[in-house]
Amino acid sequence: MSLLTDPLVQRMLIVAVLVGLAAPIVGTYLVQRRMALLGDGIGHVALAGVAAGWLVGSWADFAERDALAIPGAIVFAVAAAAIVERMRSHGTTGADVVMAIMFYGGIAAGVLLISAAGGTNANLLGYLFGSISTVGWPDVWITATLAMVILVIGLGLRQALFAVTNDQEFAFSIGLPVRVLNMIVAVLAAVTITVAMRVVGVLLVSALMILPVAIAQLVTRSFAHTMWLAMGIGAVLCLTGVGITLSHDLQPGALIVVLGVAVFLLISIINTVTRQRHQGQLGRVDADR
Amino acid sequence: MTAHSPIDTSTLAPAAKVTGLKVALGGTEILHGVGLTCAPGEVVAVMGGNGSGKSTLIRAMVGAIPSTSGTIQMFNEAPTRKTMARVGYVPQRVSAASGVSATAREVVMSGLLGGGRLRAPRDARQRAEQTLTDMGIGELAGRDVTRLSGGQQQRVLIARALVRNPELLILDEPMAGVDVPSQDALAHALTGRKDAGTAIIIVLHELGSLAPLIDTAIVLSQGCVTHVGEPPHEFGVHALPGHDHVHPHYDPHESEPGITWEVAP
Repeated sequence: MSLLTDPLVQRMLIVAVLVGLAAPIVGTYLVQRRMALLGDGIGHVALAGVAAGWLVGSWADFAERDALAIPGAIVFAVAAAAIVERMRSHGTTGADVVMAIMFYGGIAAGVLLISAAGGTNANLLGYLFGSISTVGWPDVWITATLAMVILVIGLGLRQALFAVTNDQEFAFSIGLPVRVLNMIVAVLAAVTITVAMRVVGVLLVSALMILPVAIAQLVTRSFAHTMWLAMGIGAVLCLTGVGITLSHDLQPGALIVVLGVAVFLLISIINTVTRQRHQGQLGRVDADR
Repeated sequence: MTAHSPIDTSTLAPAAKVTGLKVALGGTEILHGVGLTCAPGEVVAVMGGNGSGKSTLIRAMVGAIPSTSGTIQMFNEAPTRKTMARVGYVPQRVSAASGVSATAREVVMSGLLGGGRLRAPRDARQRAEQTLTDMGIGELAGRDVTRLSGGQQQRVLIARALVRNPELLILDEPMAGVDVPSQDALAHALTGRKDAGTAIIIVLHELGSLAPLIDTAIVLSQGCVTHVGEPPHEFGVHALPGHDHVHPHYDPHESEPGITWEVAP
């Protein structure tokens, strides 16, 4: 257990738990709205923000060239999320193509800007696949602050955000501030992506938001339970993944995602088998009354 | 037509009043100046064939889509978050469910938000369960709504509107694809509300088992009002797709667009 006294290990575990808890909150709203893939796209744009921050940092000749990488990612991700939400709520025709262009443009611009800023492929890989083993205390503080924002808003407004993502037309009819709440979901998604980027990288960032929700849904039937369970699953997955990489030389982000997929498949199979048995014994129980 | 109503609706200020409403969707005008009035304790049926604009009218009234001209008044004022707190809306049931399962109780509890309220009140759970019980599906409160039958889902949506204790109830095709027990539960619930003085606007494809409740029918055709007054007899046949013609006994003077229809007392 001497490992746990190592400050780096402490930092890694703290960040892992925070990200694991926070990411599935927004993931639940995105899945509810059937926008599970949104995180992937915004992650791509966030990479351009990382690179832009890096470029500014190198122009300003900062000692740490990537000091502005995370702020840059937040700005770009929030802007992308806001644009996507605006197109969604206005029902813009061809919105999917605009999104696709934005997302590919984001990752391509990110790669170009990082090389222009004098960054290396290794720097780039850290953002593409995560770099939790390099977190310093300032990173922990940023992560903790943003995670708290997500937890407080995402959980505090759960009933209102549920109403809006569950039935927008009804939400309008009861006088909920639908547009504001929609924008909150989009901005929270962007913030989550920047936070989770550190652990799993932009390419897998969406997995941390969606996988725990997908797993939780296999065993729950209420929205609140799904969200709580997904948060627990997210935290356990992140801790387990990071924990294993302490003793095994594996890539933490990829490991967390593979673990999640494995759990999802396992529970799906168990569910299918037990359901078939159940139906064999009882016949259909959900018949109309 | 106040025979069914213990309340004399003619003397009361209307709960909802729409005049000259025009709505365009995607650049095409769907409603060409439609009017409607509904007083407390009155049941107004909005009827018409597919594409006649009846759902568009309702959706514009609840603020889900913007109107291009005309006025919408609820309780004698333009709709605000505060007035919408007195309205209960039952949208058309959409077969495509949301991505995350939710219980019937959770869906009904969401009806207690709005009007400046972002969190449900303390007694929300009990009120939601009571309303589900009133709709005859109390035992389904903890069930995933997507696993319920169409009629049960419809009753959940109606409970979500009724839990608000609305003074104005707006329902969009509540009978579509609904089993007989659910139709009966709905008719029973609406009768109770009408007697309690709730104004009810209901979009219907055919009158069906709700016929005895309806005071006034407004018939839309291609975005214009073609009939206001007593519910047309055997409307069901004429409301079927492909039978979108004007009923012979309609007064042709009533079919002009842009006129406000006052409901006959």
